[in-house]
Amino acid sequence: MDFSYDDEQTALRDATRGLVGKAYADWESRRRAVADDPGFDEKLWTQMAEMGLLGLPFSEDDGGVGAGPVEVAIVCRELGRVLAPEPYLGSVVYAGGLVAAVGTPEQRQEVLGGLASGESVLAFAHDEPGRRTSASAHDVTASAEGALTGTKEGVLHGARADVLVVSAALEGGGTGLFLVSGDALAGVQREGYSLPDGGRAARVTFDGTAATPLGEAGADVTSSIARVQDLTRIMAANEALGVMQTQLAATVGYLKSRKQFGVTLNTFQALTFRAADMYTSQELTHSLVDWATMVVEAGDPDALADAAARVSLQVSRAGRHIGQETIQLHGGIGVTAEYNVGTFTSHLTVLDHLLGDGGHQLRALDQRLTSYAAIDPLDVA
Amino acid sequence: MQLALSEEDQKFREEVRTYFTTEVPQDIRTAVEEGRELSKDQIVESMRALNRGGLAVPHWPEEWGGRGWSELRRHIWHEEMQAACVPVPLAFNASMIGPVIAQFGSQEQKERFLPATANCDIFWSQGFSEPDAGSDLASLRTTAVLDGDDYVVNGQKTWTTLGQYGDWIFTLVRTNPDVKKQAGISMLLIDMRSEGLEVRPIELIDGGHEVNEVWFDNVRVPAENMVGEPGSGWTQAKFLLGNERVGVAPVGATKRVLARAKEIGAEVLADDPLLRARVAELENELLALELTALRVAAHSAGGEPHPASSVLKLRGTELQQAVSELVVDLAGPAVLGSGDGGDDLDWYRRSTPIYLNLRKASIYGGSNEVQRQIISRGILGL
Repeated sequence: MDFSYDDEQTALRDATRGLVGKAYADWESRRRAVADDPGFDEKLWTQMAEMGLLGLPFSEDDGGVGAGPVEVAIVCRELGRVLAPEPYLGSVVYAGGLVAAVGTPEQRQEVLGGLASGESVLAFAHDEPGRRTSASAHDVTASAEGALTGTKEGVLHGARADVLVVSAALEGGGTGLFLVSGDALAGVQREGYSLPDGGRAARVTFDGTAATPLGEAGADVTSSIARVQDLTRIMAANEALGVMQTQLAATVGYLKSRKQFGVTLNTFQALTFRAADMYTSQELTHSLVDWATMVVEAGDPDALADAAARVSLQVSRAGRHIGQETIQLHGGIGVTAEYNVGTFTSHLTVLDHLLGDGGHQLRALDQRLTSYAAIDPLDVA
Repeated sequence: MQLALSEEDQKFREEVRTYFTTEVPQDIRTAVEEGRELSKDQIVESMRALNRGGLAVPHWPEEWGGRGWSELRRHIWHEEMQAACVPVPLAFNASMIGPVIAQFGSQEQKERFLPATANCDIFWSQGFSEPDAGSDLASLRTTAVLDGDDYVVNGQKTWTTLGQYGDWIFTLVRTNPDVKKQAGISMLLIDMRSEGLEVRPIELIDGGHEVNEVWFDNVRVPAENMVGEPGSGWTQAKFLLGNERVGVAPVGATKRVLARAKEIGAEVLADDPLLRARVAELENELLALELTALRVAAHSAGGEPHPASSVLKLRGTELQQAVSELVVDLAGPAVLGSGDGGDDLDWYRRSTPIYLNLRKASIYGGSNEVQRQIISRGILGL
């Protein structure tokens, strides 16, 4: 039982903060990065690759570093603290996680090697228009020959990506995964757009697109997708925690410095008590996020699904609380794009809906509500 | 970072669990499970059972029965005790006056009081609050005037929990009216059988008799019963209240109630998705609280307490109240029922008094508004 980082983890945090935190220390640099496509700083992405951050979760055989979930979580949290728009979550954690989970050794080496070195950006094309969050594909289909047809939505960095991982309904039932790259990708219709937080996504339409099965052809990999989604939920929660930490710190700073009626705002208990409640939300979230990250490390898939739902529910609730209060306690400046805190709330909103919001998680938890008497958080290891 | 308990801590967890479930009388544990009031004898008997195994006052100095455990072990002990439906050791003895005497008392006071306090041979009551001194405790007005070898005490204390059972009462009294209000306060230990001391019950909205007024009319108290120097009472009070906030988040007990609600209310829950959602949400909030308590405990090895400890009382009592409210809603029309017709209906019948009684939780131990003040000032620097 230990919630603290070891020396190497602390060094990783400091190094990530030194690189990414410094790059976006100034809010204007983040605004510039998202102003034009691809919506992030390619140079910084390369530096992250050089530092080994992009290969962190992948084995050394696959061109990665072979680090654990705690290390990946550290990076996500630091990215969240400065709202870094680099496609770490979507490309490394989510799409890369699927290749690592399902790909053949050759595919892992090639695709993850390219991702880790910064040569290629990956994206997972999974969500479909009008569908709620799920681990299955429905409306994008794969023929027996592996040709894909149909439309995907909300594909993080889908327009910039060099390799698409695509989920598709298989003729024999279930969901398969496919790789689309090179010439085949050139024939895919990709319409990129900006998300509410300035990030990038794309609507991607396949029309008989030639694709390579990821892993064994024809295999239903729904459960692998579900597992990687759970992992991604937990890493997104780490990112969201970083966002909330920055928002609370900014709010506290603002209450101490902003003057109205001739006094600083922290004179008013109506405001300081609300900040105290934000702190409570943040600390409860911090505990659950650290716990869920350690559950990933422990490696039991059922425990992973449970922890992912629990941490996502907490992050959904706390993210709305802290995100909304941050804006309210800043007043009008909080809703401007020029000042940073409001955009942090935009990002929390995007993260909230990336893989199912609090209501979605609550429904998942409700399914197994009667299967146990009480939760023992130490029982998963 | 590591989730699993060490092998030694895991073994420790199993040992205390076994002790709690085998050495504390079953009738007492059943009463706790069913949410019934405990008699004085049950409170005393259960604390003595714990004390026999060295589990009543593990956080005291080792010389006086403490165990020198890590904060994590203390947390495990506290959680397992609640999970096993064992009443936590009487707070007035174990958490409040015991540590104060161990820290500030004379050698004679330690020898006289500490073993008897650990074994609940003395049932202590707390005499702090007064009608005009609640959250603003330092405004207290009960006086103690030296007359020969005795202090003569006059005034009134209130909210004295279980004062009807009390053998002794530890009080804050004003010994010097002419200095800054905190500096004029002293701590006196008073035998509740003293002439001129009267305990009067206060009936509460749950219909029960849990708290009392304690009146002092020229009560003579030997001067040797003062803890520390005259005028040092505020220091001891702050020390005591600081301890009071430790372990004041009743996570284990609240989890247990929620688990029982799921069991007893299974049929109602099966038909009511909205109530189920509340159960699921509360379970998650309790998990976050429990993990925060663990995080604080795992961090507190010898150093300053983790700042997040300040949220434990605030959130712990909020959730304790929310679960009690859920049980009332689960009971539904059974709230108006007689309670006859089985244990479940009886449990439902008691849900409203418990819900009403627990309104106290966000008021005592430093009201939750005081906790917010501590967080905003002490931690956030606002």
